[in-house]
Amino acid sequence: MRKFLTVAVVVAVAACGAEEAETPDTLRLMAHDSFAGSVSEETFAGFTESTGIGVEMIAAGDAGSMVNQAALSKDNPLADVMFGVDDTFLSRAIDEEIFAEYRSGLLGEIDDQFVPDTDLVTPIDYGDVCINYDKSWFAEAGTTVPTELDQLRDPALAGMLTVEHPATSSPGLAFLLATIDEYGEDGWLEFWSDLKAGGVGVVPDWDTAYYSDFTPYGGDSPMVVSYASSPPAEVVFASEPIDEAPTGVVAAGCYRQVEYAGVLAGTDYPQAAGELIDYMLSVGFQETVPLTWFVFPVNEGAELPPEFVEHTTIPTDPARLDPATIAENRDRWIDEWVGVMEG
Amino acid sequence: MRPIRWGQVLVAAVPALFIGYFFLYPLIRILTLGLSELNVGFDGVEARLFHIGWFTVWQAVLSTVLTVVAAAPMTWAVSQFEFRGRKLATALVTVPFVLPTVVVGAAFVALGWRNSVGAILVAHIFFNIAVVVRTVGALWSRLDPDLHDAGRVLGASEWQVFRTITLPLLRPAIAAASAIVFLFTFTSFGVVLILGGFRYATLEVEIYRQAVTLFDLPLAAALAVVQLVGVTATLYAYSRYQERHTSTWALRAEADRPNPRGRARFLVGASVIGTLIALSIPVVVLVARSLRGVAYAGLFRDDPVVGTPIASIGNSLRFAVIASVLAVLVGVMASSVITGSRGTISRWFDLTLMLPLGTSAVTIGFGFIVALGEPVDLRASFWLIPIAHALVAIPFVVRSTVPTLRSIPTETREAARVLGASPGRVWREIDLPIVTRAALVGAAFAFVISLGEFGATSFIARPNTATMPVMIVRLLSRPGSASFAMALALAVILAGMTAMIVLWIDRLQFGEIGTF
Amino acid sequence: MLDVKSIDVRLGEKLVLRDIILTVETGETVAVLGPSGSGKSTLLRAVAGLVPIESGSITWDGQDLATVPTHLRGFGLMFQGYALFPHLDVMGNVGFGLRMANLPEDDVRRRVAATLVLVGLDGFDNRSIADLSGGEKQRVALARTLAPEPRMIMLDEPLGALDRALRERLMVDTRRILSDGGVTALVVTHDREEAEALSDRIALMREGSIVQSGTLPDILAHPADDWVRDFLG
Repeated sequence: MRKFLTVAVVVAVAACGAEEAETPDTLRLMAHDSFAGSVSEETFAGFTESTGIGVEMIAAGDAGSMVNQAALSKDNPLADVMFGVDDTFLSRAIDEEIFAEYRSGLLGEIDDQFVPDTDLVTPIDYGDVCINYDKSWFAEAGTTVPTELDQLRDPALAGMLTVEHPATSSPGLAFLLATIDEYGEDGWLEFWSDLKAGGVGVVPDWDTAYYSDFTPYGGDSPMVVSYASSPPAEVVFASEPIDEAPTGVVAAGCYRQVEYAGVLAGTDYPQAAGELIDYMLSVGFQETVPLTWFVFPVNEGAELPPEFVEHTTIPTDPARLDPATIAENRDRWIDEWVGVMEG
Repeated sequence: MRPIRWGQVLVAAVPALFIGYFFLYPLIRILTLGLSELNVGFDGVEARLFHIGWFTVWQAVLSTVLTVVAAAPMTWAVSQFEFRGRKLATALVTVPFVLPTVVVGAAFVALGWRNSVGAILVAHIFFNIAVVVRTVGALWSRLDPDLHDAGRVLGASEWQVFRTITLPLLRPAIAAASAIVFLFTFTSFGVVLILGGFRYATLEVEIYRQAVTLFDLPLAAALAVVQLVGVTATLYAYSRYQERHTSTWALRAEADRPNPRGRARFLVGASVIGTLIALSIPVVVLVARSLRGVAYAGLFRDDPVVGTPIASIGNSLRFAVIASVLAVLVGVMASSVITGSRGTISRWFDLTLMLPLGTSAVTIGFGFIVALGEPVDLRASFWLIPIAHALVAIPFVVRSTVPTLRSIPTETREAARVLGASPGRVWREIDLPIVTRAALVGAAFAFVISLGEFGATSFIARPNTATMPVMIVRLLSRPGSASFAMALALAVILAGMTAMIVLWIDRLQFGEIGTF
Repeated sequence: MLDVKSIDVRLGEKLVLRDIILTVETGETVAVLGPSGSGKSTLLRAVAGLVPIESGSITWDGQDLATVPTHLRGFGLMFQGYALFPHLDVMGNVGFGLRMANLPEDDVRRRVAATLVLVGLDGFDNRSIADLSGGEKQRVALARTLAPEPRMIMLDEPLGALDRALRERLMVDTRRILSDGGVTALVVTHDREEAEALSDRIALMREGSIVQSGTLPDILAHPADDWVRDFLG
């Protein structure tokens, strides 16, 4: 009887809070392909168990394509929640007014550096774009792994690096932003012209850089721009079990990308949508983030799996730029970069 | 005043509604939306856009010409002679057509073919050679050999016969294949992006860049219109050409190819083996790299991140079956409208059906988002993917069935009518059985197009269904030696499946209908 | 009885048939005789409903056929090039009209077999069209036209494409088949002998008009003009 009463009170309170909003059978979660592609039955099982609401995934291409689709459909939204906007697309998403405000009660568990100055989006994970290097190549060549971005100005080292084009690749753009953060508007182009003089490689996308040009895969570059999570992934997805990652992270010149989720304006179920965001911020979900999407949890209470502790270095002071600054200058920066690299 | 023939209306309405609702309407909606925000003048980008437009055109023309030339020896060999492995060779040529661009791109890059126009052209030949071999081969194998013999008797050398008799008779098929190859290369995206090394951008690449990366929808829409105008002009020229040059001549039975003898034997061998070796270079690279570690075994294991990779085969097959059924239904109906009506209506109908081949994937994908929310929300539905695949596949069904329908003499249909067949019955008893064989050729293309398609659907919001190309891209986009090898292993399986399916369909169409 | 009352037929800009008047009595065979390009085939196609008439009328036993579509007219037409269905075998071709009339499959089979006996192609049921000789094709086309027992059959240059010896034999055969069956028939030909052999009555056609009709002896005795005399030699 007592139990029944408790349940009744909770339900009554919940009903008051919900006002006219009903509880849906399913919520639609729109995400970029690389998130959606790794969602399985279990990913949101905990959420469905506790709320009775199923989660339907909608894959929407890359992050840019997704933000465009959300903007084009904002009068009749495709989904209730969107996940996967990062700092480079945040301004555009906010300008297009695709999000409704939501402030999660769990924000207190999150490091301040991730919390944006708006309630339109909530941080879920972060990843550091860093230069990776081939450990055995450096060992055999007897070359010292660089510890400062500046060392890459040495033509010998610059020629060992392959980067992605900032116009077609998100890690490519991130690395460009890292150099702007490091050298400022006045100096960054000079850095790049030194890299060019040293023969830095430029490829259109991450998989060409990593799987075609990186020395562990038969390429000529012992250094490529990748992620801080790539070495742990090398261990997890190795053909034969290995104890140590074959690659390492150069701890300088890293750029931190934060990925956000937001409630889409126009959803019929804002409350349930908020609950889904809370679920994604909860420790239980956050602890699955590293080994599912190879990014890091923003919740300080989430423990990292051993692979992430042993095989990578989390940079202490990665670069980050304000989304508004990025939005304002990105086209110009890319044009200037192209001017230097292809001129 | 003739009574309205409801059957005919239905046959015309189905393809018209399909293409209208799933292509023209979304296209118009997205373009008007984009253009309504267009500011006059592009402050200084004109020079760059002109440069892009020019590159788009000339690389497409050159790619098309080179593809036709490169395909000629193989087309001649498989259409004119019977030899062991002929069908296998025809099937193998089709494999490159279906391989995902990222995978082939990776193979090309591994071979050091990149950052050049040459690499782009070679890749375009690699992907499109099957279009020429199959389209032109189908007609060539059925040209009446008496025409050739008559030429020889009149004193023409082999080469003169080819130039003055065979080639002119093959023109409709060459034009059809060229039109398709041109559209594919005119709108080339992945190949240019991966192998072009940024100095080169097609309109398609620029539309993507403007719309997705730079959020300049108005400029992207303007470029999409430019692209559409170019495609429409090409198609219009092509259809005018087709109209002037299509004739009904006696097509012979396909069964009686001679075995090559003497010098022909050598030339046939050289053509087939040479072509297959050239095409297999990137594939060999793929296979070699897929053999590392536990790639194939890994495909069957449950991966914590992407699920069981091999399960993507089922998803791909399901989409491919639905897409080819849709494409054949709509395409065959469309073909009978095209051949049944004349002049302007027929020409524009035909042309409109070809347009999706030359429309940028970004434009269509975003068009779906804007247009298909009401009355039934199809935007993120399962059906949108096979529908998108069918849009691309319908032109293949139409191109392969229209010539056959045109080759049915009017008298054959009239004979059926006189014998008591109503117009609907005539279609069912005469057109349909005769066109089945050609429709199967179209279906084979539709099936493999759907199987390998990745580009168009990556801009469509869709349920989280992993098809083979999607799975390959997923595996390729994460680090780890197993991921890489598994991606390539899956690509090899996709290539193998393609060859088998094409081989099977080739057999099927051969056995099912006799000779005519 | 077929009654063609002053019809005009225009194909494109050209007036191909001009004021054609022609009757075919039930059980009678009439031949339209004229040089190539005189509009004979167009006349058959107009009667079959395959080309629209511009003025005049076509009636059968007093019923105007203007609104009756081809497939419901109940006429047979044997095409000059035979127009055999390439994707069907002999059985499929000859039985086509019977299947259109929704006859049960067994009856179709029986009737086809009987018709093939009539034209002298006993046992050809499952032959492929591609394997037939010219004479065999003609017989299959004739059988296909006869099998559904149309109220009138029309033959367009029925023996035109055959060699001389074969023509003579088939001429006799065809005549026998037509008269034995009491078939009403309209034959067009450019060949005087053929017209004479197959028909009871002849209509002479020139440049889209009928210039004279009657039995051959009558016409020969009283040719309407010089052209008739020259044409009949």
